[in-house]
Amino acid sequence: MPELATPAVGTGAPPGRLGEFWRSYAQSRGALIGLALVVLLVLLALFADIVSPHPPNEQYREFTLTPPAWDPGGTSQFLLGTDPVGRDILSRLIHGTRLSLLIGVISVAISLGLGIVLGLVAGFFRGLTETIIMRVMDVMLALPSLLLAIAVVAILGPGLINAMYAIAIVLLPHYVRLTRAAVIAEAGREYVTSSRIAGAGVLRLMFNTILPNCAAPLIVQATLGFSNAILDAAALGFLGLGAQPPTPEWGSMLSSALEFIQRAPWVVTFPGLAILITVLAFNLMGDGLRDALDPRLKR
Amino acid sequence: MFAFILRRVLQSAIVLAVVALIAFALFNFTGDPVTFMVGQDATAEEKAKLRADLGLDQSFYVQFAHFLGNAVTGDFGRSLRQSRKVSDLFKERLPATLELSFVAAALALVIGIPAGVYTALKRNTLTAHFLLAASLIGVSLPTFLIGILLILFFAVYLGWLPSFGRGDTVALGWWTTGFLTASGLKALILPAITLSLFQMTLIMRLVRAEMLEVLRTDYIKFARARGLTDRAIHFGHALKNTLVPVITITGLQLGAIIAFAIITETVFQWPGMGLLFIQAVNFADVPVMAAYLCFIALIFVLINLIVDLMYYAVDPRLRVERLATAQ
Repeated sequence: MPELATPAVGTGAPPGRLGEFWRSYAQSRGALIGLALVVLLVLLALFADIVSPHPPNEQYREFTLTPPAWDPGGTSQFLLGTDPVGRDILSRLIHGTRLSLLIGVISVAISLGLGIVLGLVAGFFRGLTETIIMRVMDVMLALPSLLLAIAVVAILGPGLINAMYAIAIVLLPHYVRLTRAAVIAEAGREYVTSSRIAGAGVLRLMFNTILPNCAAPLIVQATLGFSNAILDAAALGFLGLGAQPPTPEWGSMLSSALEFIQRAPWVVTFPGLAILITVLAFNLMGDGLRDALDPRLKR
Repeated sequence: MFAFILRRVLQSAIVLAVVALIAFALFNFTGDPVTFMVGQDATAEEKAKLRADLGLDQSFYVQFAHFLGNAVTGDFGRSLRQSRKVSDLFKERLPATLELSFVAAALALVIGIPAGVYTALKRNTLTAHFLLAASLIGVSLPTFLIGILLILFFAVYLGWLPSFGRGDTVALGWWTTGFLTASGLKALILPAITLSLFQMTLIMRLVRAEMLEVLRTDYIKFARARGLTDRAIHFGHALKNTLVPVITITGLQLGAIIAFAIITETVFQWPGMGLLFIQAVNFADVPVMAAYLCFIALIFVLINLIVDLMYYAVDPRLRVERLATAQ
């Protein structure tokens, strides 16, 4: 590590953009912890099949509700114990990481993509187009996010995919508003005008000239949207509207084990802990990114 | 001023109309009601007659207008599952949800504001750091998990408080209250804490940020130069000026609390409207779902409207900004 740091300091040359960003990001201990956790979670999700000791849906009937390994009644075979039908909780949690991150990626990707396009269009063309788009977003923002998500799932029908759509719709207005505000702020700058004079087309102006300069707040919002998506997906799963059993989704794992809370608290605590750690990791990372990318937003 | 109010009222009406449209669309997504209502061997004429009787042969617009007309008078038909009038069901469940929501909101304010002031004034103390870290965890914990953990600790391990239901209630006219019995109050504690925790952390962080902002301003420096006591500066000048945004956010969050009560009520089997709604969703009980959506939207829009008008009346600076940004 020291060898890497010396060139920038030793030669006195200003650090590159990435180096500068990293230096400001690494200042916060919380942000580093968040990043480390996120990397760990991504690795767990990618290699879930190799890492997890048992298949997630395999039922070991003679081991139902085995306590965790450190409990006198536990075995080292099931580190975090088993659930009411004898499935290994650790393996299910690891596979649940995959699902939760997938939910985050897909719903954030849908709403970010759609939000950027709508925001660019609204900010670039103004006038009636803008009014219509923004009024629709206002209507969506006027309802509490969770209620909107539940309403969407109620219309589409319960299920993991529909839950992702619902979360994407709920997140959408934030991206549209952010993009529009950034576009309006940038559109009057000289570099945009000069690009326009140089003969750049509308699409080029929108996506190539203006968009990269609006990226910072969008990246921050996307990271924080990730944790929102995971929380909402868990809530929908808990209400029975998201992933359906036997899918190892954390929220539905929790709700299906609720009746055993007195006899076997571990079936409820560990999925909860998994949600907490994941959401906390993305929140810490998002805060760190915000402080590093956009000092103006720092509070 | 008048134009502003008019525009806000108009916007609210549009929001309500859109929600009503969504609610109305629910009916069409669950299939043809006529096939559910008639027997298998019904003839085409019988079906057509029933369809005409129910007004289902009319155009979409006529049906929607009919739905709106009924909705305005509070008539959403009968629940498919309980075969009772939806409005009666709501009347029965409303007190439970409102009592829970108001207690939660009060709790969030009573604890959130002092905690925010404390973390802003004593920024580098251990307690302040602890409160901030705790608030970050509070934001990252799903509501249902908080409820489950509270049940696990206070109801299962300690056995102090009941883990579900509303306890005994006393009827005051059509309103039933849990405030007047010991078991009702005991049953209220855990759900109210669960529901308030998220808002509490939100209010705390907001008050802290606003206080830090205000403490940097010139008039605080002048107040110090005038030799006022810390107490007078912090509470007479600083806190007072942070309260406008706090009141606004809290008002808006009241609607969110009523909506988030869905989860809390599910965890604690609290007999409120949220539980009614979730059961309706699971049984595809469309009239109840539609009515709930419209009702919550109405509450939300009303709160938004009142808060907006209050904001406008309380803070003169805003009037200028609003007018400037309103094209």
